[in-house]
Amino acid sequence: MAGGQVEKRVKYKSSVKDPGTPGFLRIREGMLLFVPNDPKSDSKLKVLTQNIKSQKNTKEESNKPPWLNLTNKLGKSHIFEFENYPDMHACRDFITKALAKCEEEPNKSVVSTSSEQLSIKELELRFKLLRENSELQRLHKQFVESKVLTEDEFWATRKKLLGKDSIRKSKQQVGLKSMMVSGIKPSTDGRTNRVTFNLTPEIIFQIFAEKPAVRQAFINYVPSKMTEKDFWTKYFRAEYLYSTKNTAVAAAEAAEDEELAVFLKPDEILARETRQKIRRVDPTLDMEADQGDDYTHLMDHGIQRDGTMDVVEPQNDQFRRSLLQDLNRHAAVVLEGRSIDVESEDTRIVAEALTRVKQVSKADGETTKDANLERLERMSRLAGMEDLQAPQNFPLAPLSIKDPRDYFESQQGNVLNVPRGAKGLKRNVHEAYGLLKESILEIRATGLSDPLIRPEVSFEVFSSLTRTISTAKNIIGKNPRESFLDRLPKSTKDEVLHHWTSIQELLRHFWSSYPITTTYLHTKVGKLKDAMSNTYSKLEAMKESVQSDLRHQVSLLVRPMQQALDAAFQHYEADLQRRTAKSGGERPNGYV
Amino acid sequence: MIFKIEDVTVYFPYDNIYPEQYEYMVELKRALDAKGHCLLEMPTGTGKTIALLSLITSYRLSRPDSPIKLVYCTRTVHEMEKTLGELKLLHDYQVRHLGAQAMILAIGLSSRKNLCVNTKVLAAENRDSVDAACRKRTASWVRALSTENPNVELCDYFENYEKAADNALLPPGVYTLEDLRAFGKNRGWCPYFLARHMVQFANVIVYSYQYLLDPKVAGIISKELQKESVVVFDEAHNIDNVCIEALSVSVRRVTLEGANRNLNKIRQEIDRFKATDAGRLRAEYNRLVEGLALRGDLSGSDQWLANPALPHDILKEAVPGNIRRAEHFVHVLRRLLQYLGVRLDTENVEKESPVSFVSSLNSQAGIEQKTLKFCYDRLQSLMLTLEITDTDEFLPIQTVCDFATLVGTYARGFSIIIEPYDERMPHIPDPILQLSCHDASLAIKPVFDRFQSVVITSGTLSPIDLYPRLLSFTPVVSRSFKMSMTRDCICPMVLTRGSDQLPVSTKFDMRSDPGVVRNYGKLLVEMVSIVPDGVVCFFVSYSYMDGIIATWNETGILKEIMQQKLVFIETQDVVETTLALDNYRRACDCGRGAVFFSVARGKVAEGIDFDRHYGRLVVMYGVPFQYTLSKILRARLEYLHDTFQIKEGDFLTFDALRQAAQCVGRVIRSKADYGMMIFADKRYSRHDKRSKLPGWILSHLRDAHLNLSTDMAIHIAREFLRKMAQPYDKAGTMGRKTLLTQEDLEKMAETGVQDMAY
Repeated sequence: MAGGQVEKRVKYKSSVKDPGTPGFLRIREGMLLFVPNDPKSDSKLKVLTQNIKSQKNTKEESNKPPWLNLTNKLGKSHIFEFENYPDMHACRDFITKALAKCEEEPNKSVVSTSSEQLSIKELELRFKLLRENSELQRLHKQFVESKVLTEDEFWATRKKLLGKDSIRKSKQQVGLKSMMVSGIKPSTDGRTNRVTFNLTPEIIFQIFAEKPAVRQAFINYVPSKMTEKDFWTKYFRAEYLYSTKNTAVAAAEAAEDEELAVFLKPDEILARETRQKIRRVDPTLDMEADQGDDYTHLMDHGIQRDGTMDVVEPQNDQFRRSLLQDLNRHAAVVLEGRSIDVESEDTRIVAEALTRVKQVSKADGETTKDANLERLERMSRLAGMEDLQAPQNFPLAPLSIKDPRDYFESQQGNVLNVPRGAKGLKRNVHEAYGLLKESILEIRATGLSDPLIRPEVSFEVFSSLTRTISTAKNIIGKNPRESFLDRLPKSTKDEVLHHWTSIQELLRHFWSSYPITTTYLHTKVGKLKDAMSNTYSKLEAMKESVQSDLRHQVSLLVRPMQQALDAAFQHYEADLQRRTAKSGGERPNGYV
Repeated sequence: MIFKIEDVTVYFPYDNIYPEQYEYMVELKRALDAKGHCLLEMPTGTGKTIALLSLITSYRLSRPDSPIKLVYCTRTVHEMEKTLGELKLLHDYQVRHLGAQAMILAIGLSSRKNLCVNTKVLAAENRDSVDAACRKRTASWVRALSTENPNVELCDYFENYEKAADNALLPPGVYTLEDLRAFGKNRGWCPYFLARHMVQFANVIVYSYQYLLDPKVAGIISKELQKESVVVFDEAHNIDNVCIEALSVSVRRVTLEGANRNLNKIRQEIDRFKATDAGRLRAEYNRLVEGLALRGDLSGSDQWLANPALPHDILKEAVPGNIRRAEHFVHVLRRLLQYLGVRLDTENVEKESPVSFVSSLNSQAGIEQKTLKFCYDRLQSLMLTLEITDTDEFLPIQTVCDFATLVGTYARGFSIIIEPYDERMPHIPDPILQLSCHDASLAIKPVFDRFQSVVITSGTLSPIDLYPRLLSFTPVVSRSFKMSMTRDCICPMVLTRGSDQLPVSTKFDMRSDPGVVRNYGKLLVEMVSIVPDGVVCFFVSYSYMDGIIATWNETGILKEIMQQKLVFIETQDVVETTLALDNYRRACDCGRGAVFFSVARGKVAEGIDFDRHYGRLVVMYGVPFQYTLSKILRARLEYLHDTFQIKEGDFLTFDALRQAAQCVGRVIRSKADYGMMIFADKRYSRHDKRSKLPGWILSHLRDAHLNLSTDMAIHIAREFLRKMAQPYDKAGTMGRKTLLTQEDLEKMAETGVQDMAY
């Protein structure tokens, strides 16, 4: 919501036939303002965002001018003709955002009346969190919009997410696929020699990142010299020439076709980048420095042909490129991650954005001394021997685990393949628990020691923990690697997981409401209980609906959820009885 | 901690010390007391370097009347930086405890390329062009010329340094190359010449082997070192190879062509000087008659690579009459080139001893042995006289003269081998005449003679009795230390069979078998899915690695590996390899994990540590034998057999296994570290091969781990990693102390128990 305001030159039309009044369209968060160029004109317009019902716009492909049509709640429409499409898109996006905000408006009013006035910043943060986390969004929709929970209650349990750290913590960088670009296999139609490559934006991004020369060529040639399709055809022709390893043919073709030669020649931009990077490399790794030091590197000095050195086919051929180089380059790019934030279908935009990013990082490399300093610091830290000195506290990076189940699944192999001979050592859960308890007692008695906990104990506890967590799934699944959940149809799986999270959410609120001291809590608990019984019946319905062969397992999965809900219901009933009994106690005895 | 070893107070920068470090210091001190040479083997991961540095610097402090100088030789520049980093740590500690009296000056020394700060000079591509670009701006005649002609470009840094003259000194401290550059830039002084100048004042000098072993370099840089120096060769398991490399030269067709062009140029220059400045040539002639030391009267910046033979032998004699005149010398060289050209035209492989080569050279080209011996010095003198600055252009003729001098100087320990082509690629004619040195003791002899104590140390020097024979010296102390382990933090395994239970090996008849390649691949695929962080693989050669990776790529194994970890590879391009390593480390740092493919005997295997999370597993694919059909290797083996009665097979196995041990040994750096080592070849299960591994690996190699298949290895790896990830007691358990504190040491000193049970 940067800027908070958009201003564009437009023509305002009250209807499609209207020739239009030229002027400015100014959009703020709350309203939309049209100011005509001619101050005398009476077509000045002011629309509150709440009143906008919907918006429509013309498509770029159609031959119509860029029109944006806003319909207000009274059914009247306002048409704005923009000068070009980007302008229109900018406005449209802005209005969409504003509209989305309006929908949240009711909640906002609740918030502002109930407790403290929320700052805009905090609100923005909440929206951001909802946007980024679809699960959270779903929960929010389910409970807040159905009024089971208020906005405040919903966020109160997620203070941590709203904490300062999460504000500062930038969005996690998106990684790249580790597949090699050269791994793209063409599809053939089987009859002719024609092959087809399917290029996705992902692949194109990777090609551009790994081969700056291709990127540069794209910017230079497309669309002025050739179409995008021709460009990629040429590119894959060049790749094919590489794969044949026939340098003579490659050289011949490159001589004829200068555009093709661009792909076949060694990448100069890359070479330049390399020279830049080598200066910033950790000096304890810098083997390049040896080349300048070792006197046996003098021509013809040292032993040439004693078999320690390998026979190298003459490498001077410029049309040769090795797989090893490609692998190194690929890994480096993957390690760098997706450095740009452009999610565009337009190849050119991607190419330009990448070039910009590279230039910026280059400029950084030249100016910053920090990197150098940090490098030296790191070196001195590494120079020490870790176990001869007091432990150093290294900065910790927060672990971002998307799905903890993955971890335990990966550990199953370890637990289940216990060596045949080591059976004697295997202890059951209770023993492990006993050991842990013992050492906790010991710590209580004697204080912390080094190591904090005896290795055997930690090892035991850890193994039995992974074992118990993973066994449930293993026993059900035929293949120990495959969890039962994965065998369910996707929709069912999602449903189960969603129910699970929503039950957790409800239960959390439910239990935190006890003891009930205010009427507010009382009504809240009532609402929660209703929602829970609703979910309960949904679970039942789901159990019924799954295929018979899966039903047993699903019911196994569902059972703990239902048990948890049952416990809550029981508590609710008991509490209700107690309260009525209490309130009854105040009344005269024979009143019942 | 501060403790006493006999009469020396040792300042050690950590709170604890390993018992073997203490022992190491005790032995080292004995050697220093006896003023003799010593040979010490201590496993990697026990802090050799810091033990050595702290003992020698403390020893110096305890003998203020006769301060010893430490000359520390490393194999590579990055090891030099690492050593200086540790020394910095130690120096800070000593200064903190002792104040100003502990201040020392320690510098790293390298070539112009690594020390230069002049951006214009640095723009040159390689070492030689940087050298030449520097000379073009700093040579005395260029500077003289510039006083008349202001357009001649000089180097400001050098000018400032010259202006400061004797005041240009480095304040005490520890200077890495980076620090030197920063200092030089700051003051506006040339760091290279400053460092060269400071060599005579420095208490500690760290530089590469070549500065002492290669006579061409040693003559210039190391000649001013006093006898009371302690010379340390660290990671010296390959020292014999470095020595013979330093004295080996080869001549190809391109060398001869280049040399001929050089001679033409020299000829032109001579003519030009005759016309304009005949006095100069005459002066040179007179100087040569007197047999003057060529270097004595020349200023520092003009020094060249010195004579390849032992310098003082030559200095005493006068230059023979027939090459004193410049044009005569050029004629002699022409005849030499012609003769070499004829010899290169051979159809068959020829092998000859230097003596017979010299005699046939004498009979066919009329060049005497004595003349040959002086070629190198005569050429240097001539080039100085002719004021040639673009020295990199003149490399071919220097190579030929180098060759001539070596042939003329040494009658034994060398052989000349002429091959018309490389027998691995017989279709490509590439004639080469190689003068190869077989006797490692020749190059290192002056070092042993000149310095009071020479310490040869490494993680792998077994069998330890072989080194004194190869280098022909008598050590006063020769010891191999065991490693005291707090827990079994290394896990060597011998993998003999793949997942399909068929044997795996890189034996010549098996290495290209698709089954073996697949089994090797499957091993890695399984391993990368269970080993966290870094995994390193070593192959026996580049070509083998190239082939195997291509096959893995085609069969999809590489893709499977890449799903788990990023893949980085050592290539023959050093720059690329360096970047790949840097990226590899970053991938390990950020938790992404990576695999590094490398080559035994390659640059990475020689000097890069894969300690801690940078290497939790090393896989050694195959036994890294040398290419046994090589003529030079054959000749060397013959020489070893005749001179030292070392059997061929024994030497080859010794050499292969020391390389393998070197590769896998890089995985561990301290006792808190842990790592696995897989020797993937069935030949490792044989006793005669395996027993050549260093003791500290063998002692952890359990019998049950001697004959594993892939699935068993996976299982062992899983168990090991889980066990290692648990906290443990660092000080050692059950009476076996593996980490000593100050009190422990004091107690030991009181009771007089030297070797505590470990």
